[in-house]
Amino acid sequence: MKALLVGEYREGRLLGSTYELVAFARKLGAEAALFLVGSEAQIPLFNGKLYLADAAQAGEYNPEVHQKLLLEVIAKEKPDAVVFSHSSYGWDLAPRVASALKLAQVSEVVGVEGGAFVVPSCNAKLRRSIRPKTASCVLTVQAGAFSLAGEPAGTPVVEKVQTDAKGALEFVGYEVTEKGGVDLTKAEVIVSAGRGIGKPENLELIAQLAKAMGGEFGASRPVVDSGWTEHNRQVGSTGQSVAPKLYLACGISGSIQHLAGMKKSEFIVAINTDKDAPIGEFADVLVVADLKQFVPVLTEKMKSL
Amino acid sequence: MKILACIKQVPDMESKFKVNAEGVWYSDADLAWRMNEYDEYAVEQAVQLKEQHGDSADLTVLSIGSERVKEALRKALAAGADRGVHVKDDGSHRKDPYEIASIIAAFAKDKSFDLVFTGMQSQDRGSAQVGVLVAGMLGIPAVTTIVDFAFDQGTITAKRELEGGLKSVVKVKAPALFTCQLGLNIPRYPTLPNIMKAKKKELLTVEVAELHKVEAAVSVEKMFVPEKQTGGVVLEGELNDLADKLVRILKEKTTVLK
Repeated sequence: MKALLVGEYREGRLLGSTYELVAFARKLGAEAALFLVGSEAQIPLFNGKLYLADAAQAGEYNPEVHQKLLLEVIAKEKPDAVVFSHSSYGWDLAPRVASALKLAQVSEVVGVEGGAFVVPSCNAKLRRSIRPKTASCVLTVQAGAFSLAGEPAGTPVVEKVQTDAKGALEFVGYEVTEKGGVDLTKAEVIVSAGRGIGKPENLELIAQLAKAMGGEFGASRPVVDSGWTEHNRQVGSTGQSVAPKLYLACGISGSIQHLAGMKKSEFIVAINTDKDAPIGEFADVLVVADLKQFVPVLTEKMKSL
Repeated sequence: MKILACIKQVPDMESKFKVNAEGVWYSDADLAWRMNEYDEYAVEQAVQLKEQHGDSADLTVLSIGSERVKEALRKALAAGADRGVHVKDDGSHRKDPYEIASIIAAFAKDKSFDLVFTGMQSQDRGSAQVGVLVAGMLGIPAVTTIVDFAFDQGTITAKRELEGGLKSVVKVKAPALFTCQLGLNIPRYPTLPNIMKAKKKELLTVEVAELHKVEAAVSVEKMFVPEKQTGGVVLEGELNDLADKLVRILKEKTTVLK
């Protein structure tokens, strides 16, 4: 089996997720080649062929141009699987490639079982195993699902690729969300509010518990999207990744994106009315309770310690 | 200006899911259904764009599925869409993203929509493929995962959400397709008068067989409930006891309570 891995490069940096693809290829037992729109200054550590396009020319985000480059490499390499990270780059580019070549695509692979690919459904409450019906296929791999046992190592054989193609999209630039005054990554205790708080007024309950414990309060995506607090408090793959000594998740069901941002916390407590919420799998302690009633009681206990 | 928004009806994700008799999807018994959350942002953006253009704009919403998906269509009509298209299909849950995209593209291909909006993914299947595939089939550019959208004289400036708080700013000319991320806008609540008005709006039904001409690219072997990996303690009971127990555990296992 032959896999063509599509690495990621952003703001002049090779992304670590590229090595997760290498780990996935090993799991498949596949011979791997790598495709990257990047730079010679940031060559991935990897033994095998590297097809390298220059990001200065092809752009860091220019999906139609990247697609064109990739199709040429696929024609040459004839892989059984073209593998992307399930990320803003991968889920954008993968279907373009699948569509152009009429290949089956399986998204967000978390495991391989007997040649079928396992993917999550319904906020990871369910899983499906899926088999492509086309001879070769396109895959996207969930962030963090596969990782190398050791440090990345090796030296690839580099073959440069380029194209004069232009895309319909014009990449204007990056925009960084202002971090503002709070730095959650420095907090030892984070008490986070999820959708379960129900209304913005209840955020105060969470903030008070955080204060009583000498920590900061954070939030899951729906709370930030609703405008109930600032983005700089958002924990998750599109917000901040944190690893405090104690993480208290209040009314957070535990989407994959949220878990990615907090599962490295030393000790995790979840307060949730739903005993089956995915957060329960990662929690050291799951308190089955309505946070609106439980959090004030806990805050009083903390104050009296 | 002609606008299309594609929406899906999904179960409430807080539900307790069971695998169905076929073993390849969840059972749809005892579930509460709602519009896919990502699609609510797609509808809202489409309605805002329509409002920006007044009477010259026309917004169609499309949904594929059984009779019950009309509820989601009615919600979109109440939010401001002009017409609903129900692609009637009791077997839509068996179709893969490629088939679903083909159905949408078959409907849209001769209607020259200027803008197409979809959610960036569905909450149940979550493939994040359908929008991009539809754009490919229609031969128009796709911009995915948008969290900001501004239309000015045929050119759209959109912001894509990347990882770790980063966004990329992208410009594209219509016609184009956008897949919408959570937080793109604030979806409106339909008002009672608008719900009443929506009842009088056009809701067309198209049989799926008229649009479905391709075969699935993948086959689902099985759906299953993952084994729980919980090594954690589950605490239940009276609130005051619960709090005492939790404090005891935190004192024992962590160093944060001084």
